Amino acid sequence: MTETLANLYLGFSVALAPDVLMFAVIGCVIGTLVGMLPGVGPLAGISLLLPATFGLQPTTAIVLLAGIYYGAMYGGSTTSILMRIPGEAASVMTCIDGYAMTQAGRAGPALAIAALGSFVAGTISIVGLMLLAPPLASFALRFGPPEYFALLTLGLLVLAFLSGGSMPKALAMAALGLFFGTIGIDLMSGFFRFQYGLVELGDGIGIVPVAVGLFGISEILLTAGQETPPAVRKPRLRDLPPSRAELRQSAGPIGRGTLLGFIIGIVPGSAHIISSFVSYAVERRISKHPERFGKGAVEGVAGPESANNAAACGAFVPMLALGVPSGPIPAVMLAALMVHGIAPGPLLMDEQPALFWGFIASMYVGNLVLLVLNLPLVGLFVNLLRIPYAYLYPAILVFCVLGVYSVNSSVVDVWIMTAMGALGYLLRKFEFEVAPIVLGLVLSPMLETALRQSLAMSSGDYGIFFNRPIAATMLGVSIVMLALSLLPLVIRGGWRQRVGLEP
Amino acid sequence: MPDANSTSEGRRAFFTRDRIAGIVLVLCAAVIAWESRVLPLGTWRNPGAAYMPLLTAAVLAAMAALVAWRGGGPPLRAMAWPEARHAAMLIAGCAFAAWALERLGYRLTTMILLVFFLGVLERRSPLAVAAVALGLSFGSFYLFSDLLRVPLPRGPWGF
Repeated sequence: MTETLANLYLGFSVALAPDVLMFAVIGCVIGTLVGMLPGVGPLAGISLLLPATFGLQPTTAIVLLAGIYYGAMYGGSTTSILMRIPGEAASVMTCIDGYAMTQAGRAGPALAIAALGSFVAGTISIVGLMLLAPPLASFALRFGPPEYFALLTLGLLVLAFLSGGSMPKALAMAALGLFFGTIGIDLMSGFFRFQYGLVELGDGIGIVPVAVGLFGISEILLTAGQETPPAVRKPRLRDLPPSRAELRQSAGPIGRGTLLGFIIGIVPGSAHIISSFVSYAVERRISKHPERFGKGAVEGVAGPESANNAAACGAFVPMLALGVPSGPIPAVMLAALMVHGIAPGPLLMDEQPALFWGFIASMYVGNLVLLVLNLPLVGLFVNLLRIPYAYLYPAILVFCVLGVYSVNSSVVDVWIMTAMGALGYLLRKFEFEVAPIVLGLVLSPMLETALRQSLAMSSGDYGIFFNRPIAATMLGVSIVMLALSLLPLVIRGGWRQRVGLEP
Repeated sequence: MPDANSTSEGRRAFFTRDRIAGIVLVLCAAVIAWESRVLPLGTWRNPGAAYMPLLTAAVLAAMAALVAWRGGGPPLRAMAWPEARHAAMLIAGCAFAAWALERLGYRLTTMILLVFFLGVLERRSPLAVAAVALGLSFGSFYLFSDLLRVPLPRGPWGF
């Protein structure tokens, strides 16, 4: 512990150096702005600015990129809350209750709770990263294809079990999302699936056009043509901070979301966006009033936002401790380190203590900068709602088209966004949830690859899923979840009917 | 013998929101299964490229059939669609944007789109429409193309 504190002192002496601090602030500002633009998520922001870091010191470069990452995670939640447009995939769940809070005139508290939750989750996760990086990384290394398959199956079934509304509808949408995830080149066999000659679909359907279409475009389609347009909101200063009740209601979800997100985030390749889905599902399940979810429950913002921020931090555990990137963003940051001649891995802490602990300390600083930066800006963001809706929604549509196009410079993505917008409009008219589609789309490639790799490892023996303790445990929980989720179809008057989750 | 009115009411009640949605989704699942026929299925122990699509189609069909069988929600005729025409126009606008983006360039496409949304659909004043169309198209182009270095398409005249 003494050594850790000494190392942390070294780290802060690096992170609080004026030039490093300046780049942390710059990274947070750029990240927040980038995250607010639909389609231009943290990966795009980091990739765009990676060449600009080549002339910087390694510590400064990694601090700048990390600031962009954190900032983008928060920026994505701003558009999710104010306009129901997820800035990036991890903000999808925030759309649901965050936007409902905006419609109820509670946009300021929603943004503030998102900022506070992100700060708390980020800070606690950094402590976890600092203290537990090596042992957690070793645990994460034990995850092979069978464990990934079990984890992803569990994630899907948790969603179905805890979904609101009709469960068969939620499962149908999850299946539809899983199907969308199969479009493109089959990684195991090389076959083209459902492409119909479109080369751009070789990599499959992107998450961004689907999420923007299903959530953002469909919301505009449902709202813009109403006989009574949405009223111009004039937020008052006293309505901006969250109430004591809202803060009290957020405390538990922030804590639970932090823990969930951090654990899910450290697993390489687990798609940390599932942390926000799982957090939302858990909060709805344990709430005494789950019928509030979807209508502006503050827990529906606090939990997912904390979870995805904690997962973002947890994703650095394997990157720093083992040199194994857990996703595309840590991979780009790994590339940034390697460009500077630094090889992340088990020896990084010993050979480059100033870099390692400087990075850890800068994450504390970056979190604080985000909070200081964004809380006062809540009032500015909320004032966007003063713009008459007749002018606001065309601007949103333009930014959606622009943002989606900018991901791959492909008009096919714009067509997909348009089609998904129409699909989302129809599905919502027919009372189907669209969030499971996004989850299914994200998980499908990984789920299929993990399944087929596992069977290749075991020469087709399905026992591999039950012979490995971690996989067996998660699959066991999945089977129980599946059985419990199907029970209400047979037995009426169960807990789902009692708490209003089932009609 | 049931009279015509009660028979027609019964027929209307049969075609409820969920029943129609379930039937459509079952048909979608059937299309997925049909389109998967060109892919190798593989075996239970060595799944092929068609395995996952067929599995998802099966789950989709099963759940959709359940939704259709339960048949919840109001009769289809009772559903209100006041925003449908406007929504169709917005979708047409987005489709135009997808078609025109790389043909006419980003700025021209955006201007046309905004003129359509604000001038035709929302019937705002010409001055406001012009200001927003020009400002947003050029401003967003500058932000993305010049500041963020995101390549945006230009029209045939380099505009």
